[in-house]
Amino acid sequence: MWRWLHPYAKPEATYHLLQKLLPWFVALTLVTLVTGVIWGLAFAPGDYQQGDSYRIIFLHVPSAIFSMGAYMGMAIMGAIALIWQIKTAEWSIPAIAPVGAALTVVALLTGAIWGKPMWGTWWVWDARLTSELILLFLYVGVMALYFAFDDARTGAKAAAILSLVGVINLPIIHFSVEWWNTLHQGATITKFERPSIATSMLIPLLICLAGFAFLTVSLVMMRLKNEILRHELHRPWAQQRLEQD
Amino acid sequence: MNPRRKKRLTWVAVLVIGVSVATGLMLYALSQSIDLFYTPTELVEGKGKDKQKPQVGQRIRVGGMVVEGSVERNRETLEVSFEITDIGPEVTVLYQGILPDLFREGQGIVAQGELIEPTVLKASEVLAKHDEEYMPPELAEQMKGIKHVNPNKVEEGGEQ
Repeated sequence: MWRWLHPYAKPEATYHLLQKLLPWFVALTLVTLVTGVIWGLAFAPGDYQQGDSYRIIFLHVPSAIFSMGAYMGMAIMGAIALIWQIKTAEWSIPAIAPVGAALTVVALLTGAIWGKPMWGTWWVWDARLTSELILLFLYVGVMALYFAFDDARTGAKAAAILSLVGVINLPIIHFSVEWWNTLHQGATITKFERPSIATSMLIPLLICLAGFAFLTVSLVMMRLKNEILRHELHRPWAQQRLEQD
Repeated sequence: MNPRRKKRLTWVAVLVIGVSVATGLMLYALSQSIDLFYTPTELVEGKGKDKQKPQVGQRIRVGGMVVEGSVERNRETLEVSFEITDIGPEVTVLYQGILPDLFREGQGIVAQGELIEPTVLKASEVLAKHDEEYMPPELAEQMKGIKHVNPNKVEEGGEQ
């Protein structure tokens, strides 16, 4: 069943696959992100209560969702790195972590900027905001741990364990608004019922979500390509590759 | 899967499950402290299994809906008072200062301050709690008949 995956344990094969897929993902990112953001910021109707201030959700919601999505991806790679000890999985940890951390920062900042006029405060220590801040610290911890050892593979193992331990934070972030009373509002679209947002706002939001998904994947692919090249520099295929470019 | 990988897989599973259980227990034990605010019902009837009530003089946060028609403003100063409720009891909030833009009657708010009587809070900060619904004004009018009245606008219009 997983036999088709086996060739990609070889970094060279993964590199060539990424090389082939990357242009498509970059193109999809550009199309969806530009459409979604322009539609959301300029053409979607204003909100009945918040007016135009609500438009920050077109950045806030996608970045928050994929700050968690990227973490999940990193943790899965961590598990693969620990169990199957595949080098590309180890290298994908430092490839994903900074991207996820950046998304977390964007989510926290856009949330604070929206919170000041709407709630009346930049920050409040409620369960949702605090757990999202912990996610940022987890990303920083994973990055720090990865590079904290002289032996790179020990570092990768330590970072993989931390990323697995941190997975428990993801359901906490998601359900924080249901389990405890918080200032942050409940889920608008990430729930099983009908989304509580008008269709004219939902469509650009979904396009923005797709845009951020492709953006996250593209950035991770670019970084992983670099990581592979960096580690394989001494091998003939990598040197050939560099000479060609 | 070879035995060494199987063993490592077991370790990873034990790690994740162990941490989840530990965190779950911890959060369960702390659940009352993680709540951001008391609801008016919790304030009156007590919170949690042991029905713990905050003392008069304690600094707490109370969150609920602003009761329609309860907002009273002092015309000379910035003093304002209003009732908040959830499903039963009402709590009076006294506040001096500028209310957030989203403050309306019928809107959820969270007030932080000192409890000066069992159901009276002298607030030092009032935050608006937004709900998760987003819609354009026309749709809101159709669906809800715009229940959210901005008290500032009503007063300017000379109604009330």
